[in-house]
Amino acid sequence: MTTDLTRADICAVAIAEAFRGDGERLCNPIGNLPLIGGRLAVASFEPHMMLTDGYYTLMDPTGPDDVPPINLPEAERLASRTVAHWNPYREMFSLLFHGRRHVMMGATQVDRFGNQNIAAIGDWNKPRRQLLGFRGAPGNTINHTTSYWVPNHSPRVFVEAVDVVCGIGYDRAVELGPVASRFHEIRRVVSNLGVFDFEATDDAGVRVMRLASVHPGVSVDEVVEATGFELVIGDDVPETRLPTPEELEIISRLDPKGFRFQEVPAS
Amino acid sequence: MSGPDKRCTEDEVVAELESGMTIGIGGWGSRRKPMSLIRAILRSDLRDLTIVAYGGPDIGLLCRSGQARKVITGFVSLDSIPLEANYGVARQNGTVEAEEWDEGMLLLGLTAAGWRVPFLPCRAGLGSDVPRLMSHLRTVRSPYPTNFDGAEEFEDLLAVPALELDVALVHQNLSDQSGNAAWMGEDPFMDDLFVRAAKKAYVSCERVVATDELASQVDVTRLRIARMDVTGVVVAPNGAHFTECQPDYGRDEEFQRRYAATAKSDEAWQEFRSEFLDLDEAGYQAKVKELQS
Repeated sequence: MTTDLTRADICAVAIAEAFRGDGERLCNPIGNLPLIGGRLAVASFEPHMMLTDGYYTLMDPTGPDDVPPINLPEAERLASRTVAHWNPYREMFSLLFHGRRHVMMGATQVDRFGNQNIAAIGDWNKPRRQLLGFRGAPGNTINHTTSYWVPNHSPRVFVEAVDVVCGIGYDRAVELGPVASRFHEIRRVVSNLGVFDFEATDDAGVRVMRLASVHPGVSVDEVVEATGFELVIGDDVPETRLPTPEELEIISRLDPKGFRFQEVPAS
Repeated sequence: MSGPDKRCTEDEVVAELESGMTIGIGGWGSRRKPMSLIRAILRSDLRDLTIVAYGGPDIGLLCRSGQARKVITGFVSLDSIPLEANYGVARQNGTVEAEEWDEGMLLLGLTAAGWRVPFLPCRAGLGSDVPRLMSHLRTVRSPYPTNFDGAEEFEDLLAVPALELDVALVHQNLSDQSGNAAWMGEDPFMDDLFVRAAKKAYVSCERVVATDELASQVDVTRLRIARMDVTGVVVAPNGAHFTECQPDYGRDEEFQRRYAATAKSDEAWQEFRSEFLDLDEAGYQAKVKELQS
C-alpha cells in the first residue's frame, strides 16, 4: 500500500469492478468517479466494452493509453477520442431498449430493494425539492444492467423507502413478474464507504441490498450507522480490494486534475 | 419545384400562436434551443401554454414568466448547471403542472404523433412511479405471445400516448427559404420528430441559403426537415443564444449563470427581464455583443 492511497482511488477501483465480466457492451458511467472507474475497467480488465464520449459518439480506444481523461476542454475532448459509432440521443434510446448497456447513475435516494430517486424530494405532486426529473432511469432499469454511485453515504441517501421511484428496484421487478422484468438487474451500489450488491433475499424471497465489502479504514458499524434501513450483513465482511500500482497510474492519467477528490476528499 | 418563401420574423410566428396551445420545443437541455422564438413568446401575452420538451431554459423561462401552465418533459436541466432553478421553484410552489416521463417515452410519444398512431408501446416506465403518478398513462397487452422459460405469455407494455402538438419550434444551423433544413452539430436531437408531431412547425436557423446550395453545404444525411412540414422560417443568427449551437457557437456560460440567478428573487427576475427580455431580438443581440466585447 502506497502512502498516498486515497479513498477516491479505492472507490474508482470498486466502480471498475462493477463492470467486470460485462464483455462487449456499452460501459456507460455518469458522473466523475463513475467515469474514472468505467474507463479504468476498459483500460485494464474489460477492454472489449465500448465507451461513450459523454455526448454523441461511442469511442473505441486503440489501447489502454487511448482511453481519454475525463472532463477535458471541448477541443481536447474532440481531438482525443477514437470515434467508432455515431450515437445521438435517439440512438442511445434505441441502444438501451436493445439492452447491450451497463449504466452507472447517481442516486439522490436509494432503498434496500435498489429503487432509485433522482426526480424530487417529498411528495412528487408538490415537491419539497425538485430534482432532475426521471431522466432515463425507468427505461434503463427495465431494459439493462444498472449500478449506482453514491459519494456521500448517509441515512438521507440510503433510505427506508425512496420518495419517487425512478430506477426500479427488485420489489417493483417482482411485482411486474418474471417476463416483464427479465432484463432487470441492479448489479452494484458503490458508495464512499463500501460496496453493496443484491446477493441476498428477504423473507419473501425478494433480492435486497447486502454489504459486499467495506472500504479500507471503514468499519461495518460506520456503514450501518450511515444507512437508513437494515442491510444484510454477512458474518465476515471483506475489505474492498486495493488498487494495484498499474491501476493507480491509470487513475491519475484519467483524472490528472483530481476531479475525484471533489466527490470523495483526499483526507 | 422550389418551395414558397416562408421567411418571417419571430413576432410574426408568435402572432400565429394562441393561449392554451401545446407547443413542442426542440433541442436538448441547454443545447440548440430556439431561444429567439422563446424570447418573442416572453414579450407576448400568450398564457396557459403546455410545453413539451427535453427541457432547459426554455421551460425555465416560460415557468418564470408564468406563461407555462403545464410541462411534459423527461428532465429539465441547464447541463453545466444540473438543476433548472426556475422550473424547480415553479414545481415547489405548485405554479406549474408537470408530467415527468422517462426520456425514452418522450421519443416514442413524438414519433407516435408523427406517424398518426395513438400510442407506441415500450418497456420504459413499467414498474416505476411514472405511470403511478401520471395516472392517465395506460398499459397495453401484446396480441403476440412472448416465449419465456418454456411458456407463452402475453406481455403488458406501457402505451406511450401520442404527443400531438399544435406547434413545434426548432432551431437549425441551415435552411432554405422554404424550410428544408439541416443541423450541423453531432446530434439532431428530436427536432425532426417535433416537426412531424405538430400541426404547424416553425424553424429558426443560423442562416438561409439557396435550395441548390444545401447539399453542397452539408452531407445529405443532415437534411432531415422537409419544407412540406414547415410553416415558417425565421433567420436568427445567434438565435439559440445563450444555449449552444454546435458547430456555430458554444453555450454562453456566463450569461447562463446570470439567467440562472433570476430564480433567487423577483427583483433579480425583473432586472434580468428589463435588461434583456423587454427588447426586440435585435436589441437583445446588440446587448449580448456588448457583454461579450
